[in-house]
Amino acid sequence: MNETNTIQVKEVTKSFGKKVVLKDINFDIKQGRIYGFIGPSGSGKTTLVKMMVGMDIPDKGSIYLLGEKMPNLEILQQIGYMAQSDALYTALTGKENLMFFASLFKLDNAEKQKRIAYAAELVGLTDDLDKKVSAYSGGMKRRLSLALAIIQNPQVLILDEPTVGIDPELRLSIWNELLRLKNEEGKTIIVTTHVMDEAEKCDYISMVRDGSIIATGTPFQLKEQYGVHSLDAVFLHAGRKVQ
Amino acid sequence: MRIAALIKRILLQISRDKRTLALLFIAPLFVLTLMSLVFNGNAVEPVLGVENGNKQIVEKLKEADIVVKEYNKVSNVNETILDHHLDGFLQVEDDKATITLLNNDPTVAKSLEMKVKQIYSKEKQIQLLGTNGMRNELSLQDSMKTDYVYGSSETELFDTFSPILVGFFVFFFVFLISGIGLLNERTTGTLERLLATPIKRGEIVTGYLIGYGLLALIQTVIIVLFAINVLDMVLVGSVWTVILINAILTLVALSLGILLSSFASSEFQMIQFIPVIIVPQIFFSGIFSIEGMADWLQVFANFMPLYYAADALKGVMYEGLSLAEIRSNLYILLAFAAVFIILNLFALKKYRKL
Repeated sequence: MNETNTIQVKEVTKSFGKKVVLKDINFDIKQGRIYGFIGPSGSGKTTLVKMMVGMDIPDKGSIYLLGEKMPNLEILQQIGYMAQSDALYTALTGKENLMFFASLFKLDNAEKQKRIAYAAELVGLTDDLDKKVSAYSGGMKRRLSLALAIIQNPQVLILDEPTVGIDPELRLSIWNELLRLKNEEGKTIIVTTHVMDEAEKCDYISMVRDGSIIATGTPFQLKEQYGVHSLDAVFLHAGRKVQ
Repeated sequence: MRIAALIKRILLQISRDKRTLALLFIAPLFVLTLMSLVFNGNAVEPVLGVENGNKQIVEKLKEADIVVKEYNKVSNVNETILDHHLDGFLQVEDDKATITLLNNDPTVAKSLEMKVKQIYSKEKQIQLLGTNGMRNELSLQDSMKTDYVYGSSETELFDTFSPILVGFFVFFFVFLISGIGLLNERTTGTLERLLATPIKRGEIVTGYLIGYGLLALIQTVIIVLFAINVLDMVLVGSVWTVILINAILTLVALSLGILLSSFASSEFQMIQFIPVIIVPQIFFSGIFSIEGMADWLQVFANFMPLYYAADALKGVMYEGLSLAEIRSNLYILLAFAAVFIILNLFALKKYRKL
């Protein structure tokens, strides 16, 4: 097995009932890169992400994370997952939410406090930690979800539409932080999005449509390949080619 | 400790939710108090119209707490009963007597009929025997003395089924709150989020059982102490045994509530389990005589956790049985809980295969 491959997805097919959601997906994700999965809603991005986390099992094929076949409980310690919907305990304060999730991972007390302070700082919620989540705005909830995903200092971050509902300024700061995590800490980051300008920031992009990956490459490669100037155009061209 | 973190979170959440706290701790007391007031209300004295009754009979009827109104020459008995708001009408003609009952409330009608019949036939006997001396003697003392195996002449209907009610409320409220607790976790997506951490399914189930179990235990102690000390419910056996039975029942209710919540996709669907799962348990809990049911129907009682708990509770509270005498009921309840807990572990597989 190649050491630098953080994630390997091999011939994965998944269907719900009769509907085939993903068909014959193959890709490798290298350590210390940001991978973007772009596609319209319903294209199968979330299902793919959930299978990487191990919450769903492929009908066919297999997924390896950090060399272990998923699902695997031990590996979950190394995955920071942010779901598409904000799954938060609204009766609790932001700090209590962070504390609870921190307690689910193997962290000692001092480390817990440090990580909570760091994660809150990163998403700009330090001053709001003692407020109940039910009093948070949509953007604040999204930010808290992101803070929860990085609470245990995981090697791999899997973020399902992390910047939906976050204002542009904060979105920029979050992206800067993701880039810093990648560059300085060598973390592998997987992001799904349908915002093309976010996709530009990824090292590699895979375009997902109707359960298939229709194009993969660096943003530059893709634009080159289709002879266009924007990823939007790439997406349209790639889509037409498939049809 | 993940389980400890989960327990702490559950308790924290509930403590922020004042309405749920009230439902858990105050609502059962309120309903129990209400029921005890309703069932312990004084019986209404029935009103009986009498035509042609002799002095002795009227006297005796009045002694038996019946309000007697005497009439002469009544042409239409039914109309008289309705017009004068009587519960019954007794007509005596020579050797024969006829009683007409309003019968809008069968309990009142039955007891009135029984009393009147008794008094009438006794008087009849005395008349037949004739002599005045014997009459006095006979009328002074009751011919039969009554002894009770359980309770006393003071026993009210409520005393016999109040132990069952204690069990029922413990079961019902714990079922509802724990079920909706886990359901919320599923509908808000936090369960999925939880399962993206290295927590084991067993840890989730254990955390839930202990977290809600602690609340339920407090609730049980409050209900039991309130029922015995404030509502004066009969308690012949040990209060500790009563609490133990309820604690085990709580475990059944918790595990069943959590289990059924995985088959509900909203709070409303959880509420729909009440008529299907909870209400039938009342019928088979012993408030209504199970022996009187059709044989095939009696079989159902064996599948109702509340049936065993009610049997044990009634045994201890009303009949004064010891822990050893009701332990088979407790074993069955524990078996129910064990089955539900194992099923819970499988039900969570729906969300994560590990």
